[in-house]
Parts: sequence; structure tokens; C-alpha cells
Amino acid sequence: MRFTINQKTYEADVDVRTSLLDLCREHLGLTGSKKGCDHGQCGACTMLVNGRRINSCLSLAVMHQDDEIVTIEGLGTVEDLHPMQAAFVSHDGYQCGYCTPGQICSAVGMLDEVKKGWPSHVTGDLNEVSLNDAEISERMSGNICRCAAYPNIVDAIREVAGQLGDQAIKPAPRTANEQPAQEKVSA
Amino acid sequence: MSILGKLFGSDDAETNALVMDEPRPHSFLDHGAQDVIGKPINRVEGPLKVTGRAPYAAEYPAERLAYGVLVRATFGSGKITKIDDSAARALPGVIDVVADYDTFIRSPGQGGATEAPPQGVQEVHYFGEPVAVVVGETFEAARDGAAAVRLEYDEADASYAFAAHKDQGKEPKEDQIPGHSKQGDFAGAFDKAAVKIDVTYTTPSQNSTAMEPHASIAEWRDDTLILHGAYQMVASDQQQLAKALGVSADKVRIIARFVGGGFGSKLGIAPESVAAAVAAKKLGRPVKIVLARQQVYEATVRRSNTEQRIRLGTDANGKIDALSHNSLVTNTPYEQYWEPVAIGTHFLYGGENREMNHDLIALNLNAAGSMRAPGEAVGMMGLECAMDELAEQLGIDPIELRRRNEPAQEPEKGIPFSSRNLIPALEKGAQLFGWSQRKKAGTDRRGEWLHGMGVSSAVRTNMLMKSAAKVTLTTDGRAIIDTDMTDIGTGSYTILAQIAAETLGLPVEKVVVHLGDGKAPPSSGSGGSWGAGSAGSSVYLACEKIREKLAKSMGVAVEEMTLKDGRAIADNRVVPITELIDENLGVIGQIEPGKQEKKFHQAGYGAHFCAVKVNVVTGEVRVERMLGVFAAGRILNEKTARSQCLGGMTFGIGAAMTEEMIHDDRNGKVVNRDMAEYHVPSHADVPHLEVHFLEERDIHVNPIHAKGIGELGISGAGAAVANAIFNATGVRVRDFPITCDKIIEQLPFDA
Repeated sequence: MRFTINQKTYEADVDVRTSLLDLCREHLGLTGSKKGCDHGQCGACTMLVNGRRINSCLSLAVMHQDDEIVTIEGLGTVEDLHPMQAAFVSHDGYQCGYCTPGQICSAVGMLDEVKKGWPSHVTGDLNEVSLNDAEISERMSGNICRCAAYPNIVDAIREVAGQLGDQAIKPAPRTANEQPAQEKVSA
Repeated sequence: MSILGKLFGSDDAETNALVMDEPRPHSFLDHGAQDVIGKPINRVEGPLKVTGRAPYAAEYPAERLAYGVLVRATFGSGKITKIDDSAARALPGVIDVVADYDTFIRSPGQGGATEAPPQGVQEVHYFGEPVAVVVGETFEAARDGAAAVRLEYDEADASYAFAAHKDQGKEPKEDQIPGHSKQGDFAGAFDKAAVKIDVTYTTPSQNSTAMEPHASIAEWRDDTLILHGAYQMVASDQQQLAKALGVSADKVRIIARFVGGGFGSKLGIAPESVAAAVAAKKLGRPVKIVLARQQVYEATVRRSNTEQRIRLGTDANGKIDALSHNSLVTNTPYEQYWEPVAIGTHFLYGGENREMNHDLIALNLNAAGSMRAPGEAVGMMGLECAMDELAEQLGIDPIELRRRNEPAQEPEKGIPFSSRNLIPALEKGAQLFGWSQRKKAGTDRRGEWLHGMGVSSAVRTNMLMKSAAKVTLTTDGRAIIDTDMTDIGTGSYTILAQIAAETLGLPVEKVVVHLGDGKAPPSSGSGGSWGAGSAGSSVYLACEKIREKLAKSMGVAVEEMTLKDGRAIADNRVVPITELIDENLGVIGQIEPGKQEKKFHQAGYGAHFCAVKVNVVTGEVRVERMLGVFAAGRILNEKTARSQCLGGMTFGIGAAMTEEMIHDDRNGKVVNRDMAEYHVPSHADVPHLEVHFLEERDIHVNPIHAKGIGELGISGAGAAVANAIFNATGVRVRDFPITCDKIIEQLPFDA
């Protein structure tokens, strides 16, 4: 099968039982997405698939041929952080860091949902979808942080919300030595 | 070669050791020119974490890696007669089913233990006890294999239900505090008291629920085991693991560079470590085992449930004369650990006549152990709610009640406090929070919401543990820190870098911190909030000696030398420090507790304030605001310290309102063994929390004057929430967590 992850093409033979999360973590060396519960309850495995955030532990890899998949590794690098990643660092939006990739992918996907005008449980007027702290907290409630960096995460997302515009979910540009490549692995 | 150098197989590093027998008023951290200590700098490992590049235990590549999934006992007590693995072995991709009855550990190791955890799994003592491991070429094969294993067993009678065994408590062996303790004549004084409170609070079993499940990759290289694990205390965990495997300690190396949260649950080794090591040895290839989230709930340590009877007897003004805090706690029959519920009660308030008894009930439930602030986390919920009840009965402000019971010295040992800022924390918090706006209980109704405020004291005993670190000043002007200390989200990487940067006059970027490798000098590890003070002091002491050597090399007195940005300044000269050393200069710093902890009672103090609203129709509670003020000596990094407090306060919200591990009374099975059923606070449950620190230095605790903070933030936090719920509704729920149903049944029907 063929997978497009962070603009890179991977070919892999996939066990039908393998989740998208395990494909990345155990077969492709993309361990940035985390497994916290394997049941879609904690959000640590959140990835962006065709621009939408999903719990990748609840989705089988075989369902994703030719999908555009973005993981935390595709948002930015240590040298070139995505604005959301930079905001998490400056606001201390984490402690142990284990839920963090999921929080960040979720935040990026969430801002896009707001931009598209999708309401949430706390949206008062369905014709006037906008972002405030209550909206951020509600929309991020699928991502659990046991260290409880919640107030700092809200600060980070609020700060980024105004800056991103349409760039919200595009992967970071590649560096010179990281050209598009094909990798063949057996999963 | 120093003794420590020999021990760690390192080079000829000199050692600067300090036993904390005398106060240490001078600290270079107060006189550094680099000006980084205490500053809210970003975590140095932050970019690795936010990009997914920080490797956690299960994320190390290994050649020919096999996957293991543990098989659990599906009964509560008895003996396994057969492990039928035929169906499992027939599955494609299953390599082996490894069952080693004698070697596998029954329960996780307790924090700091240096012996093997209880071993032997043919006898089953609780539902979920791991008894075998299925190893496969892939995770999926191993998982399906584990599901296909059938156990045959003889069930035995056992004790599961707390309610049915409350009369079977036994006085446990003295640990941090005595199991039973008496002073004066409690019964007589309580009998004569003008005002009395006699209340019983219960708290349920809880689970740390760190986001990273327990995980191990075991790989034998010749006769040495390399284990990438998720651990808080590497040095003692190596000893636990070595003893469990029957090999010498120098044949086991644990590596835990990044740990996805611990909160006590990763203090000792967990069952997957031994199983992975045994399977890897047998198969001759590396084996990875990650606990399923359900197994984390079933087979790692829980916080014991408690039943706490609190009796307070005071004079007419609310001055306590009789104080009793007696508790029932539970653990598996073979476990000695007991939740020290009254650990904070011993010294928080005065009162001549005191009684604090703990009785341990043996139940066939998964092991109880340390979870964030063992003792205070639950004990302060009971005590501080009882204090609120006392204030209500006396008709005085809860803060005034605490003022009237502030002891001049430790009330049982009669020794001075090393530092104590309880009342200032309460007063500052009251002012910042707007405490004066609090109304009489049950009177502030706005629409269908009742509003209220609550307060609680916070206290956490400070501990210093033996800890060592090596600091190497390199000829290219960097400082490299090596210690087996861990960073479980606490900020160790960052504060150790700040301590070295300040003491050696280097930009933080010039400090390289290597943590979590069992080959490095053994540290305190992360637990009991002692990490910053202990590991931080070891780094400080190493740097102190390096300073001396630099001064000597420059030919000046150490106190006349200023270090800043890689340069030494003294005697009207400015010299790059790299010119003061000929080769890399390594020093091991080591701190040990001494007489100071006997001469002075050492603890951190604080205050929690909480505002809630409670729906009169549904009983739903929303935490609207929460504010904490904390005094914990020197704050090493304002940003990471604040985050620690946010975490503790949020644990308090969970403990007060949602967290409860439910065991089936018929077989001890954990009923709610996943994150959809065991409710930790989520984003929407937590409002914007405010954290403030009081300026404090404690010269009795360690040379950096910092006390622990990770557990101070949880101490009393749940009580502040509960007291706010009472103030909103007039309803006092004494059975935690305070869920909607327990409130509604006491709300007036015509609400």
C-alpha cells in the first residue's frame, strides 16, 4: 500500500489489524504521535488526515491509502518550529511532553474547524462562530493532559489563533536535505 | 580515583560531598552574575517534545525487535493449574508464550525499594495479576495471542470488599510516620471541649494515569541487560530489576531519558520490565512490552482508598485542644506499604492532645503505593474539610480559625520550623482572590446556579535524598551534567541547567544535561518532591568545587571572583574560563541528608482558593476560578514551578469531583479500567488557574535553599473545591468524589 505522510510517500505491506498510529510508530519510525490509551479516549495519537484531526489509534492503516496524513513530525522541526509548537514552548503548554504532539495536532486542526465556522457545544450563536477561551477548552477536551498544562495550552492556542490564517494546517517547508522521497518498508 | 568515581566506572573526578548537618546560609545562587536562576526560561528540552523528537521508553529502535503482550489473571485469587497456550501458539506471527512463574513479579516495586518486588505469579492475589507474556513478530500478533491464552485455575476465597472488612485493620509498621501515635490525653480533652467536630470522610482508590503507559524494551548484550524503561528512580529500579532477575546490579542498565509522567506510578519497576527481560533472554532478541491502558489500571500501583475519622475539640474561640485523625487504608495481603494519611496533620495545627492512628486492611486488590503526595493528597482533603466544618460551627472565618491554631513550633517534636509561611500564604491568597466577597453558605444564588468559595491550607513535608551528579567543564566552554536523575515533566533538565549556568557563569545554552542513564552517578530520582532540592544540590556542589578550582587557577579568592558569560572576572582581570583549565574538568557533587532535618521541621506551605458554581437542578459543579499561593524556598524556575502547581491543583479538582477507581466487591476487578471510565480532569473541567509564590529561602534544607513543589500544589486543593461546593450549596458531601448525585440528594427539593 501507499501512504503519504508529511508529504513523503511510503510503500508498505500492512497487516489489516494495524492502526494508523501503529503503522507510524512501529513500522515507519514516526514515533512522534503517542499511544496513551489505544481507545480514542486520550487524544495523544491525534494526526491530521486530509486536514482533519483524528484519533489515529481508532483508524486502521489500510483505510488511508492516498490520504494526506500530517503527523507532529510534519508540522515543524526543532530548528524550524511551527507557530503552534513555538507557542507551546513559550507558554509551557506541556510538562512530561507525552500528550503534546496530540495536543498540537489537535489545536492546529481545531483552529481550522473554527475558521470553517463549525460550532461546538459551547457556541452560543451558530451563525457567529468565533474563538474564546471557553471554545478552546471545549474543543480541546478530547486531548487529555494529566500533567494538566491546560491553562498554558489555552494561552498558547489563543496566541496562535490570530496569527495563522490559511497556513494553519500546511506542513512546514522541507529543508534542503530533506527532499521528497519514497520509502519502501514492510509493515 | 574517588570512591564515587570507582562506583560509576568514571574517570578521576574529584568529589565535593556535603552532609546537611549545618545550615548553609551562603549560596552562589544568590550572588551569581549570570542572572538565570529563578527566571521563567523555556524548558531546554522543549523543542524536542513539541516536535515529537523526544524519545520515550517504547520508542527506541532495536534490531529484530519482538513484541510482548502480558496475559492477566481473570480471577481474583487462587492458583493457576495450567496455562493453555495452544491456540495462541497456533496464530501466525506468535513466537512464544513465556511463563516464568517464579521470576515474574506479582506487583510493581514500591518507590525507593532496593529489593526485588514480590515475585511468583502461579498464586494469584488480585484480578489482573500479569502471569505470562505472549511474544510475537508484531504487536498485533502478540495482542491476539494474549487474547487466545486460556488459564485453568483453582479459585480461592479472598477478601475484596472494603465495607465488609473494616474491622480487620492492623497497625502497620512505622514508615515515614508511626502507624499509631498519641500525645497527651485525647479522649479526655475531646470530652471536655467546648466545640466539637466528629466527622468521617472517605476517599476512593485512585490511579496516577500518567499519559505514557508503563513500557520496557529489554535487550541483553552479552550478559548485561539494557532496559529502556519509563521510570522515576533509575538507581533503585536497577537494583529491583537485578534482584528480580537474579543478576548483579552492575549487569542491569536502565535508561529513561524522557518519561511521560509518573506521579508515583513509575517509582518502582512495573511487571512488564521483568517479563520483557525474561522473554528477551529466552528468545535471544530484544523484546518490547507496553502495558495496555487497562493493564495500567489493573497492575500498577493505586493510591489506597481511605476512611478518615477526624475529631477536633476546641475552646469557645476555636483554639484546638484535642485533635484526632484516624484512618483505615488498604493494600494487597503481602504488601507493607500504607498510605500515611495524617502525615500533614502531625504538624499543621497546634493542640496539646493528639491521636493519629492508621490501620491497614489486607484486601485482594491490586497493590497500593505512592501516588502524588502520598498522605497529604487524601489526608488534607479530610482534615481541611473538617476545619471548614469547624469554622462554620464556630461562626468564624476559616482563615481566622487557622490563624488561631498556628503553632509556634512543631507541635509534637517541639523543634522549630525551618521556614513556615502558611498564614502569609492564606492572607495573600485571600487578598488576591477577593475572599472578602464570600457569602454565607447556600445564599448566593444567581438563576439556577449557586455560587460559593472555599479555602484550604497546603502543606507538604520537605525531603532531602542522597544524590550525586557529575559536572564537567569542557575546554570548549560548556558544562556537561551527568546524573541518573529523571525528568518526568517536572523540569529537571531545565532547572539543573539553570543551577549550573548560574554557578559557573555560563549561558544556559552552554549547559548540556544528560539524564536518566543508570550508568551515570546515582541521584535521588524523581519522587516525593525531593528531586529539585536533592539533584539540584548535587549539581550545585559539583559547580561549587569547579568554581574553587577556577579561582585557584586564576590566583584569586573564590569569593572575589565573578563568573559571567564564560569569563572569570577578578583582580581587575577578565579571563575566559577555558583559559583557566588545561583539560576537561569533571567534579562529582553529592548531597546527603544530615542533622538539619532532625533539628528543624522542614515543609513547604501554601493556600488554595476556589470558586465554584453548582447547578440547583442537576447538581453539576463548575470550577470557575482557582488560585494557589505557595512558599517552597527558592523557586528555581518560575515557569516550570508554576506548571507543577497547575498540575497539582488540577489533580485536586479530579480528586474532589471525578476520580474514583471502582473495584468489583465480588472479585476485586477494576471496573473502570480506562480513561473513558476513570475520569481525570479534561480541558473543559479546568478554568484559568492562578499561581503565586512567596519569596522564601530555606537555609536548613540544602545549599540551594529550595524545597519541593510538585506535591505541595495538590495538598489541600481538593478540599478547597469541596469547601467551595459547601459554601455554594450548604450541602456537605463527605464521600469523595463529590459527584452530581451526591449533591442533588441533599439539595432542597424545591430548588
